[in-house]
Amino acid sequence: MTKKQKKGLLRIGITAGLYAAGIAAEHAGWNGYVWLMVAGYVLISYDVLRKSAINIAHGEVFDENFLMSVASLGAVALGQLDEAVAVMLFYQIGEWFQSYAVSKSRKSIAALMDIRPDYANIEENGTIRQVDPEEVQPGTVIVVEPGERVPLDGVVENGDSSLDTSALTGESVPRHVHPGSEVISGCINQTGVLYVRTTRPYGQSTVAKVLELVENATDRKAPAEQFITRFARVYTPVVCGLALGLAVLPPLLFAQPWHVWIYRALTFLVISCPCALVISVPLSFFGGIGGASKAGILVKGSTYLEALADVKTMVFDKTGTITKGTFQVTDIQPADLSADRLLVLAAAAESHSSHPIAQSILEKAHKLPNQPLPAAGKVQEVAGQGVSALVDGSRVLAGNEKLMIESGIPADVLPEGSGMGTVVYVAVDGVYAGMIEISDQIKEDSRVALTLLRQYGLKKFVMLTGDNEQVARRVAGEVGIDEYHARLLPQDKVEILTHLLEQNKTAFVGDGINDAPVLAAADVGIAMGALGSDAAIEAADVVLMKDRLSQIVTAIAIAHKTLRIVRQNIFFAIAVKVLILILGALGLANMWAAVFADVGVAFLCILNAMRCLRVPVISLDRK
Amino acid sequence: MKKTYKMEVDCANCAAKIEDAIRKIDGVNEARVNFMTQKLVLDCDEARLNDILKEARKACRRVDSDSELYC
Repeated sequence: MTKKQKKGLLRIGITAGLYAAGIAAEHAGWNGYVWLMVAGYVLISYDVLRKSAINIAHGEVFDENFLMSVASLGAVALGQLDEAVAVMLFYQIGEWFQSYAVSKSRKSIAALMDIRPDYANIEENGTIRQVDPEEVQPGTVIVVEPGERVPLDGVVENGDSSLDTSALTGESVPRHVHPGSEVISGCINQTGVLYVRTTRPYGQSTVAKVLELVENATDRKAPAEQFITRFARVYTPVVCGLALGLAVLPPLLFAQPWHVWIYRALTFLVISCPCALVISVPLSFFGGIGGASKAGILVKGSTYLEALADVKTMVFDKTGTITKGTFQVTDIQPADLSADRLLVLAAAAESHSSHPIAQSILEKAHKLPNQPLPAAGKVQEVAGQGVSALVDGSRVLAGNEKLMIESGIPADVLPEGSGMGTVVYVAVDGVYAGMIEISDQIKEDSRVALTLLRQYGLKKFVMLTGDNEQVARRVAGEVGIDEYHARLLPQDKVEILTHLLEQNKTAFVGDGINDAPVLAAADVGIAMGALGSDAAIEAADVVLMKDRLSQIVTAIAIAHKTLRIVRQNIFFAIAVKVLILILGALGLANMWAAVFADVGVAFLCILNAMRCLRVPVISLDRK
Repeated sequence: MKKTYKMEVDCANCAAKIEDAIRKIDGVNEARVNFMTQKLVLDCDEARLNDILKEARKACRRVDSDSELYC
């Protein structure tokens, strides 16, 4: 609580006491109760009265201070002193609560985004010196102790540790790093001391980019937010005009008693304050964006959150988005030896090659327990076909179909691959020994994520890829894509997207490599795992810190929840106000009901808006 | 050139009114008052920056006497 808030609370407490005492005194028949009420009124409303006088002098007439002053002074003039105190008291309680709720949600979002590193450690002559991260040049070695935040992006030079990346990605599983691993700023070092060679200055480091994004996020206002400010601009003058008409016309035209209609008009004025509406909508969006940041989803503005809730078509890039984008051994089919042995022989033969396929086989073989790679001799690369080498005294051939056939192995013993990737056949001493398939893999959660997205009202999934037809068809079929386009050049992607944009609200999801134009063209451009790519962060409207499709489900769920709350608030606030206006005009609602319509509605709307901070949990187990 | 200034504004409706008033100042291309982050993002004619800021401060005070623009 700020000092201002504490003071406000005290004032509300004292006034409530005076009011209660006044009521009690009145019932007891003591005439002095009037003075208690006057004291209460002065105490609770002096600042509102002062402010409205100043603002009227400035030519700013229709603000809430003015409305409350007129309404409460009017009540005093009509001899309803207790009502004047009560109205002002409730108004102040509402204001106090608003200020408390807003500062609380500001603070909780600031806490979510508290990833700014304060210092970097530099080792000089055996002693560690703390410097400002902004002063550290790329290429400097910095020391990160356990418990400290990594201040700058870099590569681990020395040391092993686990990093807590949850502040950036929302993922709680720690990431293990060792010499050669890239580390991103903003993570917390958990276990061991790390020596990191920095690769970027602070301004371009992940943490600086993320902070900049989040801080500027709420500047792009959503249509719902603009609607409500426009509405408020019209609403207040209209209600004030109606109030005036209500006060003057019935007594003049129909000889009605003045005090009845003036009282009704004052009731109108109390309801005419638009603050409940105006505060609850940006507060909801602010909460939604803040909650999303916590889950590792950066939304660049409330307008994209609103657009995300309306997306019907989602277009995906294949490599790196639906699939992992890295090549791995996905299938081993040995002939009459063990799978491990086949892998070891192939890896040994390929051990001198730097070809990506050879690297994938080697990587897999290195993971086998207790299987040291035998040395390979007389290695011969056969260009475009494969490799031949002497391993453990046997001549091992590893390569494509052509290499096998040219070495005298009949084509009909060679099994076909799955069509997803590249097949390496292995022969030992001229006899076929088996095949190893290397391919890109579909991410574990891609299929489930798409199923869940359909439950959120997405109608159509389209996949774009530069890959061949066969691979595209398989991936599309496996994850549940409705439409795919294969063999595309980057410019083709924009063309297809433009076509889709004409039909429906469309989001594009890519890993940020080569797809910045498509990201920019879509209604909502979503970049995945884009922490490294500046162009993607720049072009995208939503940036996912993790490269999982399930994060899109979370993003959509947050968008739906936020928009639902925004609509509830708009509908509820307007409905209650209009209802009380009608009842007030008919003389069925008194000033108490009006205070509820103003303060009570603001209270409920704010409570509702604060639900936006909580991120809906998406279970991936649901099929 | 976009610049961000810190400000203090108590109510969301006042923020919207201040935004409107600043937009009407001569030389301002775009202005956004963010009630939640208590910030003003101003895109304006550099040459008139000082005058514009002076007028913007005046606009804040006029709309709500308790609001303040720090620059």
